[in-house]
Amino acid sequence: MEHGKTDESQIDAVFPAASTVADAVDSAAVSSFTPRGGQTYVIIDVSRDDYPTLVQAARDAGYETFIDLCAVDFLAREPRFDVVVNLLSQQYGERLRVKVGVPNEDPALASITSIYAGANFYERETWDMFGIVFTEHPDLTRLLMPDEWEGHPLRKDFQVGSVPVEFKATR
Amino acid sequence: MSDDPDTTDNDQPEEVEDKISDGRSETAEERRRVHDMWVAGTEEPDRVATATDEGAQELLPPDLDPGLATQRGVLVVDDYAEEEPRFDEEERQVLNMGPQHPATHGVLRLQIELEGETIRRVKPIIGYLHTGMEKTGETLTFMQGGTNVTRMDYLSPFHNELCFALATEQLLDVDIPARAEAIRILMTELNRVASHLIWLATFGLDIGALSMMLYGWREREVILEFFEKVTGLRMNHNYIRAGGVAADLPEGWEADVENIIATVRSGLADYETLLNENPIFIERTQGVGVITPAEAQAYGVTGANARAAGVEYDVRKVFPYSGIEQYDFEVPLGKHGDAFDRYIVRMEEMRQSLHIVEQVVETMPPGDYRTADRKVTPPPRQRIDESMEALIHHFKLFTTGFEVPAGEVYQAVESPRGELGMYLVSNGGTKPWRLHVRTPSFATVQALPVMMTDLLVADVIATLASLDPVLGDVDR
Repeated sequence: MEHGKTDESQIDAVFPAASTVADAVDSAAVSSFTPRGGQTYVIIDVSRDDYPTLVQAARDAGYETFIDLCAVDFLAREPRFDVVVNLLSQQYGERLRVKVGVPNEDPALASITSIYAGANFYERETWDMFGIVFTEHPDLTRLLMPDEWEGHPLRKDFQVGSVPVEFKATR
Repeated sequence: MSDDPDTTDNDQPEEVEDKISDGRSETAEERRRVHDMWVAGTEEPDRVATATDEGAQELLPPDLDPGLATQRGVLVVDDYAEEEPRFDEEERQVLNMGPQHPATHGVLRLQIELEGETIRRVKPIIGYLHTGMEKTGETLTFMQGGTNVTRMDYLSPFHNELCFALATEQLLDVDIPARAEAIRILMTELNRVASHLIWLATFGLDIGALSMMLYGWREREVILEFFEKVTGLRMNHNYIRAGGVAADLPEGWEADVENIIATVRSGLADYETLLNENPIFIERTQGVGVITPAEAQAYGVTGANARAAGVEYDVRKVFPYSGIEQYDFEVPLGKHGDAFDRYIVRMEEMRQSLHIVEQVVETMPPGDYRTADRKVTPPPRQRIDESMEALIHHFKLFTTGFEVPAGEVYQAVESPRGELGMYLVSNGGTKPWRLHVRTPSFATVQALPVMMTDLLVADVIATLASLDPVLGDVDR
C-alpha cells in the first residue's frame, strides 16, 4: 500500500472490521494512515460517553487482543488529555487506535477492564501517571509510584525538580 | 632437621589452646558489651514472648510488633479476592515473595495467599525498578533518546533502539539504506539468541539445572563479545539510531558471526540432550503455568509466551519491519501453553534466528550504513576538518538535535519477550512530546495470577522463570 493518508471513501473496503466498529456509535470519526515503511493503522476518535460502547463493538468485531492503553497530556489544548487505546485483530492483521479526549476539570473515563482484562494494569498506570480516574475499575491504586506519592508525574505541569529530598541534613 | 618440625608442632597447639581458654574466660555479658552483638543467653527476658532456643531471632509477639500486620499481608487490599469460597480463614496465609527474591529476575514482589501448599491468590506488585524513563524520554532529543530506551529491557537493547529509531524515522519520512536495514536485522536477531540463552540459563538455574546456567552464560558470551566489537559496548549500545546505525560492521565480521552460529548451534543440540528427556525437567515444567490462547489475547500477552499456547502472532510476520520479510524463517508454535512448551518454542526460535542471521551474512548488501539525508546524519569526519559549516552542522545535530514533524506513531517490533511497541507523539520540536513504551513484560506480569492460581508454591518459580519477564522492562 502507498504510504500516506488512506482515502476516506476507501476505509470501508480496506478495513471492514474497523468500519463496523465505527458504525456502532454516532460520535466516531474514522481516519487511517500508512507511514512510510510502517504499519497501516486506523484511528477512531470517539466521545467520552460512547467510548465503552465503541470498545465493546471493537471486541465483538474481532479485535481480540488488547495491546496498549496510555494517555497524552497536551496541556494547553482543550480537552487537555487524550486516552489512546491500541487494539489488534490477529485474524485480520489490523491495528485499531481509539482516541478519547478527557478534559482537565473532570479527568474521568469509564474503565474497560470488564471488556479487556488486560486493561487493568494499563489503567492503573494511567491513573498513577496522569491522574485520570477510570470509573468502575476494580482496584484503582498507584502502580509504579509509591502509595504516598503526591501528584501525577507524567503531567506536563508536574515539577520534576521539586521532589522533596529525604534525609537532607540533621537539625 | 627432622626434630625441628616436631617441636614447633608441639608448641603451636598449646598457644592456640591458650587463646581459646582466654576467650572463654570472657563472660557473655562482656562479649556482648565489647562487640555490640547478640550473644546467646543475654537477651532481656521481657522482650521475647517465650524463651526458645532461637533466642532473639524469635518473632516478637503480634501486639509488640506493629509492622507484623503489614508483613503478613493482613493490611493489604487485594483485588483478586472476590467470589471465592473461604472455608477456613485461619488456614490461609499470605507469603511475600520478593522484592529481593533471587528467582524473580529483578525486583518483582508477589503476594501469594496459600492454603497449605496450594496458591489461592497471587498479586504482583511492581514499581520497585521504576525510574521514570517515559518522563526522561521527554527531556532527551530524538538523537539522545536511544540511550534512554536501550536501558529499559536490558537483555534486548537492540530491539528497544530499533523500535525507537523506526518510530522516529516514520515521523521524519527518511529512506534507510539497505545495508543499514540488514545490519539492524543481524544485530536484533543475534540479540534475540543472546536473550533466549540467558533466559535458558536462568530458567535452568531456577528449577535446579545448575549446569544449564553455566552453559547458557558461556554461549551468550560469544555473542556479547561480537556486540562489543561492533558497538564498543556489551550492553546498552545506542547503536541503532534514527537514519541508520552508528558505525559500519568491523572487518572480519562474517567470520565472527559464522563462529557464533556454529557455537550456538552445537550448544543447542547439547542443551536438548540435557533437558528434553530429563524426567525432573519434564516433571517441573509440563502442565505448569498454563495460559490459554483467549487469556493470552485478552491480557495482551504476546511473543513466545503466547505462541506456546498456539497463538500464531509474530510481529515480524504480520507487520514486518526493516525488510525482515525478505528472509526465510518460520514461527514455531506450541500447543499447551505451559512452561515446557515455552521452552520448546524458545529453543526453536533461536534456531530460526540463527537461520535469519545466516541469510543476512550471505546477502549483506554493500553501501552506506546510514542515510545520506543530512537532516539526521552528521557530515563525514573529513568534512569537519575542512569546513566550518560542517563543524557547526555536526555541533547542532548533537546539541539541539533535529526537528521531527508533528504527528503520532505507534511502532512495534518483535522483541524476545513479545510485542514491544512505542507510541511516539511529536509536536514538531527536537524532543518527543510523549514517549509511551508498551513493553511485553508488563503485560506478562499482569497475567501472572491467571497462570499461577491453584498451582503449588514450588511452581511459582518455574512459571515465572519460563515467562522470561525483565523487570526493567516492566517498570521502566
